[in-house]
Amino acid sequence: MEHKNPNLDLFGISFNPANILMLFVTCLIVFIIAVLSTRRMQMKPTGMQNFMEWIMDFVKGIIKNNMDWKTGGRFHVLGITLIMFVFVANMLGLPFSIQWDGYLWWKSPTADPVITMTLAATVIILTHFYGVKMLGVKGYFKTYAQPMPFLAPLKIIEEFANTLTLGLRLYGNIFAGEILIGLLATLAAGSFGGFIGAIVPALAWQGFSIFVGAIQAFIFVMLTMVYMSHKVTTDH
Amino acid sequence: MFLDTFVLLSSNADSGFLSSLNQRLNLGDIIATVVFFTLLMLLLKKFAWGPLMGIMDQRAEMIANEIEAAEQSRLDSQKLLEEQRALLKEAHANAQSIVENAKKQGEAQREELIQTTRAEVARMKDNAALEIATEKEKAIAAVREEFVSLSIMAASKVLGKEVSEEDNRALIEETIVKAGEGR
Repeated sequence: MEHKNPNLDLFGISFNPANILMLFVTCLIVFIIAVLSTRRMQMKPTGMQNFMEWIMDFVKGIIKNNMDWKTGGRFHVLGITLIMFVFVANMLGLPFSIQWDGYLWWKSPTADPVITMTLAATVIILTHFYGVKMLGVKGYFKTYAQPMPFLAPLKIIEEFANTLTLGLRLYGNIFAGEILIGLLATLAAGSFGGFIGAIVPALAWQGFSIFVGAIQAFIFVMLTMVYMSHKVTTDH
Repeated sequence: MFLDTFVLLSSNADSGFLSSLNQRLNLGDIIATVVFFTLLMLLLKKFAWGPLMGIMDQRAEMIANEIEAAEQSRLDSQKLLEEQRALLKEAHANAQSIVENAKKQGEAQREELIQTTRAEVARMKDNAALEIATEKEKAIAAVREEFVSLSIMAASKVLGKEVSEEDNRALIEETIVKAGEGR
């Protein structure tokens, strides 16, 4: 189970090539799925186009739950990309993981806290950006005084707490799933009896991990839109 | 890991912030994640979501148009139906009146025909009666004449002399008329 992360220093900045690889694979898969399913678009959708439209409507529903569509429409693209990206990233580590010389190369990119925290921080920064953009600087700072001015310190703490929980929730779920799958795989690889013993829980846990991965992708997008709506709307 | 880094950073923040950050944190990964995600979002917006949203909007618009058109054509057909119904009613009324007229006209014609026939028959009857009367008159006159001649002949035989027909005709005729009246 012990593994090291590969490291690469480039231009004085340290990279984890495994992360870069997995991010690239995730992006590639999402892009291929999206482009393939929107190749031959028709008025009467068939096959993959139906699936994509379902995802779009699903994200639209999430946004509409939190704000009116006139405000939220601009976050549609962000929401769809985010849900596809996080879901595919969650799925990547499920079938197998690859280690080479003790270095872990193939895994879910979302099983790395740096990546999930980056996504979370990006989202939170975006909420602040759109908050300033749509309400103005004055309106933006006014949201800290709502509903009561003396709650402003809590609101400020809330911003950091949101960032942390958003990123660590995703990381924790996926990382825990991968650890358990790794344990079961080690057990299965150890002996014949171990293989027999591990096969049922491994199957169950992988199925559950698919469910968890989907739920986490949904929660991530849902919370993104909740935080966004807190920043861009005043009537709360 | 993330939190640890922050805690550690705050303890020796003065000894080269970036390099110490770099030693503990995969700055490259952060940059890569943001860049990858942004790139993916932009590419997908251009190649997948944009066209897909376009076609979905287009479809929504088309459906709205179709609904409107269907509503319009429904109204049109409703109007047409009303029109046709009115026309049919009118035609019915027309037909009724035409039949009525024809009946009336037929009746009148029949009446007229009967009238003329009746008149004709009466006229013919009158003619016939007149003719019969004339013939009768003629026949009576002829018989009378014959009788006069016979009477004169008989009288001349009885008298033994020639009775001038011309002298006595008036007398005889008077006699005959009297005889005729006496009968």
